[in-house]
Amino acid sequence: MKQLLKNREAQLALVILSLLAMIGAIIPDFLAISNLLGVYTDTSILIILALGQMLVIITRCIDLSIAANVALTGMVVATINSLYPDFPVPVIILIGAGFGTLLGMLNGWLVWKMKIPSIVVTLGTMAIFRGAVFLISKGAWINAHQMSATFLEIPRYVFLGLPILGWCSVIVIAAMYYFTRHRQLGRKIYAAGNSPTAAYYIGVDVGKKQFIAFTISGLLAGIASYLWISRYAVAYVDIANGFEMLVIASCVIGGVSIAGGTGTVIGCVLGALFLGIINNALPVIGISPFWQMAISGSVIILAVIANSRSERKVGRIILRKAVQNAS
Amino acid sequence: MEKINNSSFETKDIEKKSLPSWVFSWESFLLATTVLVFFINCLASPYFLDPWSLSDATFNFSEKAIIALPLALVIIVRDIDISVASIIALSSTAMGFTAEVTDSLFLICSAGMIVGTLCGALNGLLITRLNIPAIVVTIGTMSLFRGITYILLGDQALKNYPESFSFFGQGYVAPFIGFEFASFLVIAVLFYILLQKTNFGRRTYAIGNNPTAAYYSGINVAKHKLIIFIMVGFFCSIAAIMLTSRLGSTRPTIALGWELNIITMVVLGGVSILGGSGTIVGVVIAVFLMGLVNSGLGLINVPGIVMSIIIGAMLICVIALPGVFQRLRNKVGN
Repeated sequence: MKQLLKNREAQLALVILSLLAMIGAIIPDFLAISNLLGVYTDTSILIILALGQMLVIITRCIDLSIAANVALTGMVVATINSLYPDFPVPVIILIGAGFGTLLGMLNGWLVWKMKIPSIVVTLGTMAIFRGAVFLISKGAWINAHQMSATFLEIPRYVFLGLPILGWCSVIVIAAMYYFTRHRQLGRKIYAAGNSPTAAYYIGVDVGKKQFIAFTISGLLAGIASYLWISRYAVAYVDIANGFEMLVIASCVIGGVSIAGGTGTVIGCVLGALFLGIINNALPVIGISPFWQMAISGSVIILAVIANSRSERKVGRIILRKAVQNAS
Repeated sequence: MEKINNSSFETKDIEKKSLPSWVFSWESFLLATTVLVFFINCLASPYFLDPWSLSDATFNFSEKAIIALPLALVIIVRDIDISVASIIALSSTAMGFTAEVTDSLFLICSAGMIVGTLCGALNGLLITRLNIPAIVVTIGTMSLFRGITYILLGDQALKNYPESFSFFGQGYVAPFIGFEFASFLVIAVLFYILLQKTNFGRRTYAIGNNPTAAYYSGINVAKHKLIIFIMVGFFCSIAAIMLTSRLGSTRPTIALGWELNIITMVVLGGVSILGGSGTIVGVVIAVFLMGLVNSGLGLINVPGIVMSIIIGAMLICVIALPGVFQRLRNKVGN
């Protein structure tokens, strides 16, 4: 039991449960199964994106372009659907996933082959992707009536009590769990982030692992883009603007260390759920939505402080590190 | 002649270079690009060389440029601050509320400056006292500061500023030279002296190059970083005064997304995101380069969001070019 309490995921789960209990004390209806499933479904897109971001952060990189990727891929997907309503939706989803992957590969290639720090690369591609949305759409919106009914209905279709949108994130969570825990490639991604020098000497190509992390992040962004567009039934230049910060925040709250090498799928999912629950609960308990941003900001800072406490190394320190480097 | 070489590594001949080293420096490369963009602008639009249009162009980058200078120091010591735009918003809100109760310019401006400096201090304290990576802290405070602005303002705007307040953002100190641009030049000179000519500046580079070594050579790394973050907060409030004065109102969305523009200026100026290198001269040239690109594209009616594509592509290409050249040179050399 003590061992369990030391576990960061268990701590976070406890915090989430007490948060739910607090909300439940004010609004008992919030704890109804159907509502909780709704909150989960609402957080699905954040979970999917956070898992992609997690891989990138584990390799000591960061992907600031992830929300711009969603916007650009989403606009591509929506444009295809509005121009050719009879085009089969599964093919559109595949195109979206492929397009998102390509954008992720572009980021990864610049980091891997051009050796540019990821924060610079994704700062640049973020602006480029966002601008490209404008070029494709000419600044116009694509509204619900311009999209086909099947295109909009698929994620809403309820299967075993949970909409397809929710199932998508369940599948992504399971796949990522398997990938990071049981595949060699997944373990090597951790190795590359934990100690790039050591990883290099055991034959892991660190740059290539970063490329792969960015590619997977792009793939997940591509999938999320279709879900986003069909869920909100509108596509325009500014969709998901600033969402990258929420995605990174989910990772940070979930215990993914920005210094690379640590972070688990479960922690990351819990981090995203934590933000999702807060965002869903605030309007219900009557707090103005204007409070939302400040509250998530404080939560991020508190979570980071808590993580930095638990990360303190135990044992005899021979040479104290002067400064912990952020890069 | 036989080379005496005790080390197992090859040492490079220094005499080989016939040209002085500044010719190959990042700053001269940037300067050449800036001059090139200047001439392209002259060809692209007949209105570009008009002194008023040049003067107008300075207003669009001066506020960002003033923050880029202290941010360069932050990046040199291997940290980053992405909460700058939110500090502007909070500082501007403080000024707005002060302006509701008083007409005193001194009180309005000091309210902004105090809030900005406190925000910077909060960032610095979290980063140095608790040893948390700066990127994570400032992601948090970015939401926190702007979040407080939203709580205080909601969907309202504050616009009760006295008439004389408009000087900071719209006034001229000399023909064609706005107060904003003049302040930027003065602050840039101060930062040049601070970074290149003082102990403080040398320590900044030392920390960026190797924080552990700097610590053991007796530099108080935590205190030094704290001072730099407080400086960023303070200059954000200076920029906030100018921006608020130029717009004449405070909205919660003020300066939204500016952090990326400002970081782009710094990185384009040759400040390595890995720390330890970069100069104020480089940052100043990069500021002019971005200002010229923006004003030139504006004159030929390119929409702002398309400009961001060009700035983004420029950022990546300019950073990638030296590496590509190096590789080509190596290939030719072998």
